[in-house]
Amino acid sequence: MTSTIFSWLAVGILLLAVPTLTVVRDWRWMLGLLAAIYLAVFLLVLQHWPLAMSVVKLVTGWMGTAALGMTLLNRSLDEDGRRSFFVEGSPFRLFGAGMVILLVVSATPRIEAVIPGIGQSVLVGGLALVGVGLFHLGMTSDVLRVVIVLLIILAGFEILYAAVETSILVAALLSAVTLGLALTGSYLILQSNPEVEEEEGLL
Amino acid sequence: MNAPLLWIGIPLLVAALSLFIPNERFNAGLGGLTALSLSVVALFIPIDSALLIGPISLKISASLQIFGRNLTLTTADGSLLVILYGIAALWFFGSEAAGVARRLVPYGLGIIALLVASIAVEPFLYAAIFIEMAALLGIPLLTPAGQMPGRGALRFLVHQTLAMPFILFAGWMLAGVESSPGDFALTLQAATMLGLGFAFLLAVFPLYSWMPMLAEESSPYVMGFLFWGLPTITIIFGLGFLDRYTWLRTSAALSSTLQLSGILMVVAGGLWAAFQRHLGRIMAYVAVVETGFAILALSIQPPARALEVVFLSMIPRGLGLAVWALALTILLRRVDSLRFGSVKGVARTYPLAVSGVVLAHLSAAGFPLLAGFPPRLTLWEGLAGNSLLLAFWLLIGILGLLTGALRSLAVLVMAPEYSPWGLGETWVQRIMLGVGVLGLFILGLFPQVVRPLLENLPLMFIHFGP
Repeated sequence: MTSTIFSWLAVGILLLAVPTLTVVRDWRWMLGLLAAIYLAVFLLVLQHWPLAMSVVKLVTGWMGTAALGMTLLNRSLDEDGRRSFFVEGSPFRLFGAGMVILLVVSATPRIEAVIPGIGQSVLVGGLALVGVGLFHLGMTSDVLRVVIVLLIILAGFEILYAAVETSILVAALLSAVTLGLALTGSYLILQSNPEVEEEEGLL
Repeated sequence: MNAPLLWIGIPLLVAALSLFIPNERFNAGLGGLTALSLSVVALFIPIDSALLIGPISLKISASLQIFGRNLTLTTADGSLLVILYGIAALWFFGSEAAGVARRLVPYGLGIIALLVASIAVEPFLYAAIFIEMAALLGIPLLTPAGQMPGRGALRFLVHQTLAMPFILFAGWMLAGVESSPGDFALTLQAATMLGLGFAFLLAVFPLYSWMPMLAEESSPYVMGFLFWGLPTITIIFGLGFLDRYTWLRTSAALSSTLQLSGILMVVAGGLWAAFQRHLGRIMAYVAVVETGFAILALSIQPPARALEVVFLSMIPRGLGLAVWALALTILLRRVDSLRFGSVKGVARTYPLAVSGVVLAHLSAAGFPLLAGFPPRLTLWEGLAGNSLLLAFWLLIGILGLLTGALRSLAVLVMAPEYSPWGLGETWVQRIMLGVGVLGLFILGLFPQVVRPLLENLPLMFIHFGP
């Protein structure tokens, strides 16, 4: 019972954090939300994996978030206080993310029939991350956002994959990929020109 | 001694060490010699069987256990290791002439080691994760310090990263298909996931947009290295799926899907290559076409013939891309960009580099006497046996490549009438280009010289092979 409550709590965190992440402009908020997403991922992975292995997801995710955060801190961006908290086209982004989440929720029973025993909360959480991530990926060319979205998609996949694969090697390799992706993102952010990077995608 | 430690661990160690070496020449030598040594060891020392050298008995064991799973390199993998590390040695030795040794050797050696790990890992499905790691290492290679990351590099990262989840999940679903082969819906879902994963990995039409983009924003040499390494191993990985799953191997739908995607890549890439006005973009489109050739080859019946065509084109592709990329890098050091307007008439001052560009292009198009001719001829023959329509569309693609080569040649030699001739290349560049071009002719005239290496490769795939 407690486990079910925790898993739906995690889904709640994800459904709030992922759409919000697509519309906030400040990188501190983005990374804070990413950290919250990894907490939710940990709670969902815990449904199928033992605590010791699940914690790996949380630690790796937070390490990746920290790596991105430290890179952005050192970059000393020229902050512009007059800019709004949300990016341009936020209503459309929220609407799109909402549609994706609706689609995921409505498709979950059918997908559960294909992957029995995985659990509805795990399915909704994983697919929402992948779906909203893919939707957001199509709308941005900003390096930080692209890397964060890739991390989110990967996290969504890891939630689903944890239900069907319990190999320690896979857990280790996927953690290495998560960390590698975050470090690659940090490298790309360092190479970016701050002025160009602050320009927001297509909208 | 242990095979995975030798062919994965040592190159990773050398890659890490070479990050701290500031000297271009030393880096190129270290990388080249390491790769060459590993290739020679793979050629002469069999895996998992004792070799007596006088009183010394030498045995390289095949497996290494990590976290309960195995990394295994068997005797059947030996020839592939020889080819992979042999061609990698060529790239690393040439990196000094291209001026990218400090970047290419550490990251390139790391990439090759990870790609070898992807062949070695068991279950083979986890190869997708190692390929993703190799792609991640490709990012600092494509975006050197001080250079803005371009859209091509970002798309490359996105496409390679998206491929991994699709393939891993498809692998899990395929296990379900095996246990209930009559479930058509599950089979379709698994095949779709797998197809999407490989489409991202191999930059199948229309997911190849990052390749020409990279050509404009990155060094042609490092780009060529990635265009050679990643698709080559991905094709081997794909063959692993065909070998493992009987229903996939025998599916008529798979054969037609491979034919359609392969021919689309050949025709689209060939036609785009014919109309480009940028030498780097032309090379990128030719790389797309080469991948198309490999995908088409997989559709040939019987499967043993398909394997023969796939493996026959491995060495010419690696050599051709190395010569082409080196020649373009040499030209790029002299001119502002590789656009036609900038390289007009450079044949008078860089005749060897221009020869390299044109001959590598012609080789890719399957021009007689050059390395690409035997594999193209075999592919054409195999396809014509299955479908004349496919053979005709293959001709269209190849004509596109030839048009591109002739246009490049015309622009490169279009110098003012009384411009003096000269040799702008350095001695190292001349030697590397000379060796490469000579190799293109040798492989074209005497393709049988690589036969001993190729004949054992099908043993990697016991069900798909002979």
